[in-house]
Amino acid sequence: MQQLTPEILAQTSLATLLVEYPLLESALLEVGIEFDPDEEATLGSKLEQWASLRQQSADSFLAIVMERITDLQALLGTTNSLHQVEIIAGRDKSGQAESVDRLLLGRGDLLAIVGPTGAGKSRLLADIEWLATGDTPSGRQILVDGQSAADKRFSTGGDQLIAQLSQTMSFVLDATVEELLSLHVESRGMNTALVKETITAANELSGEPFGGTTPLTSLSGGQTRALMVADTALVCRSPIVLIDEIENAGIDRRAAFNLLISQEKIVLSATHDPLLALLAPRRLCMRHGAMHSLHERTPEEEAILTDLEVLDDIHAAIRHQLRHGERLAPIPFEAVRRKTP
Amino acid sequence: MQLITVAGPPSSGKTSVLIKTFEALNAQGARAGVVKFDCLVTDDDAIYQQAGIAVKKGLSGVLCPDHYFVSNIDRVLEWSEKQDLSMTVIESAGLCNRCSPHIKGSLAVCILDNVSGLHTPKKIGPMLKLADVVVITKGDIVSQAEREVFAYRVQGVAPRARIIQVNGRSGQGSHALAQMFLQAPVMTGSLADLRLRFPMPAALCSYCLGETRVGTDYQIGQYRKLNIE
Repeated sequence: MQQLTPEILAQTSLATLLVEYPLLESALLEVGIEFDPDEEATLGSKLEQWASLRQQSADSFLAIVMERITDLQALLGTTNSLHQVEIIAGRDKSGQAESVDRLLLGRGDLLAIVGPTGAGKSRLLADIEWLATGDTPSGRQILVDGQSAADKRFSTGGDQLIAQLSQTMSFVLDATVEELLSLHVESRGMNTALVKETITAANELSGEPFGGTTPLTSLSGGQTRALMVADTALVCRSPIVLIDEIENAGIDRRAAFNLLISQEKIVLSATHDPLLALLAPRRLCMRHGAMHSLHERTPEEEAILTDLEVLDDIHAAIRHQLRHGERLAPIPFEAVRRKTP
Repeated sequence: MQLITVAGPPSSGKTSVLIKTFEALNAQGARAGVVKFDCLVTDDDAIYQQAGIAVKKGLSGVLCPDHYFVSNIDRVLEWSEKQDLSMTVIESAGLCNRCSPHIKGSLAVCILDNVSGLHTPKKIGPMLKLADVVVITKGDIVSQAEREVFAYRVQGVAPRARIIQVNGRSGQGSHALAQMFLQAPVMTGSLADLRLRFPMPAALCSYCLGETRVGTDYQIGQYRKLNIE
């Protein structure tokens, strides 16, 4: 964007200026100037008019408008280079200190958050979302690269730290897959080639392929979730992804996490699903509003994860057979059972 | 006293967000109340009452809702004083999109919802453009992509505003909004010093005075005609 100079102002019509300098409209409104965007007049002549109406000089008016534009420009276009996030413990529901006193997460880490309903999983995700500084009921602090990130709370551009995925989400826009992705890619200032890449990645997660021209509202549950994961991994620039239970309908969950982690995301996944909980190398157990215990996945548990995945495959195969009008054969449990040494 | 204006299109979740925010405010010992401005009917005062929040409602009826609102700010302040409030929130839905209830030197909040469509931010006008805080609701039911695109559009219209996502059902984000309310500027000076952030729409024509006949003969005062090529 070219710098706004008095010459440009004098020669260009207001309508053209507004197209080339989108921030101008807000700046004018903030100074209390109303205008008809289709007007052929130049901004210079308009300013003269307004200034004389308010008995001020056109130059002082212009100076205020320019100052606003500079402020607005400064707000756009920053990126973040986060390396790690740390959760510093606070209190449980009764005000007692949490037993896990701090938790460090780096790029590419996957943490499962488990615990019964009401144990505080959502509260923890909310603290992270708010980048808490001890100012929430839990008293927790979220440090980004060792520092409070309270100044990032209201970032919406490339500077935004957190993306979210939850099973209650759906696409509401009356648009095709390609249209939404294009809008999203544009809003993050990314390359348009990413639209196709995202669709390809989503199709690898879901068993039922879809194309760019598919309307969002006609995607199946699995396709919707697959597209959301692929989009969050590839288009969202936020380094932290909070997941509130990915449902298991028709999506390869291991591949979904791998995709997110391959993009160096820090993934926190609140879940009741044992397979999802075990996919994470570490899991945090919540109790009574507190971070109660942190568990590293053991080799035994990793073997159980493999079993669960085999069961999951059997489940998926049965679903496939039923949907295609096939008869079911007995489940080959013998092949699943691990040999005892 | 702190005066806060909260505006947004109908059904964007203003009342739900405010009730959750008042819960957080009351928990911190604030004496906060709300004045609800609407056009024809509202049952929201009963909802506030049920939640134990001091509430006053104002219905503009036949009057221009914008003008009704601005000419009653003195009453809002009087009522707040009687109720001994430390914070008064003015909630309005009835104002037209051309208008903005925001006042210089008071916290100005605009509430929009994620499902209202991507063109909404551009259509809202000064109520959004001149807000200090934009609350976006219903983020729990749309995708991250749509949330980001919507917030991007909002920020395009209101580049200086702080955007916050609040869930009116679960209350997620309302604690944060309450913190922003608590940090709102305290009103100094008298009523005579208050200034609107944006002028009200011009309204002085025969229809303001109850004219119902449609023909051009009956149109007296301020009006403007469609341009036909």
